[in-house]
Amino acid sequence: MKIAVASGKGGTGKTLVAVNLATVLAADQPTTLLDCDVEAPNDHLFVRPELGEPHVVAKGIPIIDDGRCTGCNACTEACEFGALARIGDRVMVFDELCHGCGRCALVCPSDAIGEVDHPLGVIERGHSSSLEFGHGRLHIGEAMASPIIAELKETTPERDWTILDAPPGTACTVITTLHGVDGVLLVTEPTPFGLHDLRAAVGVVRTLELPAGVVINRDGTGDREVETYCEDEGLPILLRIPFDRRIAETGADAQILVEALPEWRARFVELAQQVKELVS
Amino acid sequence: MKRIVFLSGKGGTGKTTLAAAFATRVGSLTIVDADVDAANLHLVFCPEVAETGVYVGSKTAVRDSDRCTSCGTCRTTCRFGAVDAKLEIDPLLCEGCGACVTACPADALRLVECPSGEWYIGRAARHPMIGAELYAGEEVSGKLVSVIREKADDVAETKGTDRIAIDGSPGIGCPVIASTTGTQAAVLVTEPSRSGLHDLERILGVVRHFEVPATLIINKADLSEPLAEEIEAFADREDLPVLGRIPYDERVLDALRVGRNPVDDPDSAAGRAMDLAIARLLERLG
Repeated sequence: MKIAVASGKGGTGKTLVAVNLATVLAADQPTTLLDCDVEAPNDHLFVRPELGEPHVVAKGIPIIDDGRCTGCNACTEACEFGALARIGDRVMVFDELCHGCGRCALVCPSDAIGEVDHPLGVIERGHSSSLEFGHGRLHIGEAMASPIIAELKETTPERDWTILDAPPGTACTVITTLHGVDGVLLVTEPTPFGLHDLRAAVGVVRTLELPAGVVINRDGTGDREVETYCEDEGLPILLRIPFDRRIAETGADAQILVEALPEWRARFVELAQQVKELVS
Repeated sequence: MKRIVFLSGKGGTGKTTLAAAFATRVGSLTIVDADVDAANLHLVFCPEVAETGVYVGSKTAVRDSDRCTSCGTCRTTCRFGAVDAKLEIDPLLCEGCGACVTACPADALRLVECPSGEWYIGRAARHPMIGAELYAGEEVSGKLVSVIREKADDVAETKGTDRIAIDGSPGIGCPVIASTTGTQAAVLVTEPSRSGLHDLERILGVVRHFEVPATLIINKADLSEPLAEEIEAFADREDLPVLGRIPYDERVLDALRVGRNPVDDPDSAAGRAMDLAIARLLERLG
């Protein structure tokens, strides 16, 4: 089973939920935790895995053979992303705008376009006791995070449980993470910001037709509007985590909650059980 | 004219709250909500919207089943896995690149434009305000940010505002880069946690990559004194000026909930600390 932990709003506690859920599952079943927030990956700070050699993820960007190029402009006209431009006699490639789709090479009538790898980031894997772990890291200054997420997912062997920690937001990186999962846990907080972004995240989950449950973090600090919304939408609230300075402190120091405050283990075991029911 | 961007790497550290506080305290300003896939600044300001538009920024491939010979060339050409075994195109995975259109020997594919978000120009807290919301799952968050930033530049010029404040999105990728390029100052907002520090290092790398001078605000600073110290030490090593430490204060949320800015709440310790940090920022901006 593949379960994504998503949120819409950033900083609601996706990492807290993903890391602790994966930790309790890994105690008795083969489990993998994938940190798909490749722009700001944090799960490794909690899991502290021994990471192996990084594997580079690259996109193929065009390289123009000036000797063969006839200056016909077929490639510059075909590129949907404005990544190719004719400047004087030469076709220039703007690496950061290129999506690596390969259309320019297909359209070139003089076979003047080859391809070179442009690194976007890396994938690293490791494990911490029985928990298998993987994450991606987008290189600083690179824009395209989705190909790293897609490759991270594709190259991860299937196990009983895969927990995917999604990036915040509702854009393409979230879709890439949620594609093909069996269910989604939406983590929110009881604030107007949390509710607004939860609605957006629910929009994504509905579009993808995925079963979803909600975790309310920092419960008790805000109002009841998130709960009313969940009732109206028929979204089950599977766990409430109160605002508690001890939880904040263990989180700040990147400790795993179910290990630092063992009274939380039973709550996350129960959450795992509810997740199983949600996707069955 | 100076453009100031609020960024964080990690989500939920308080970018929007600080950007809103800044907007409350600054006289001549244009506000941009550039967190287009989880826009929240309009919840603080409830802008009076004067103009809206639909941004048509992405394309998707569609298949003409009468012409299609089911040869599968589109499936082998697509590098984004958007064509399934039945040769159906998933619009959520389609990048809109048109490689399949070029490759199709039966001329059965074409690209169609699709709406990818909505933008607005309005007025909030005495200032012009521009924002947008990306439709769920769209690819073009960075392009939409660029679109509203161009509009903001036009508005700021027409209205003659001295500054543009941009509330950015979390992360370090496409929309963040679109929010950062061409700005004159970045305010990085972090929180005292290992995650906050880790992501601060990454976002600092991005703003330095684009040669934007950065300052730092440590929000919810008293939630972990040791980590706040560690972050200050990091800032010191990196020559990153710290504008202030904001304490965790439940009055911030209470204020925002009733449409009041925390800096206007004299009993809020966080509000007072934000005021001080903003004064330091304004001093630096000159």
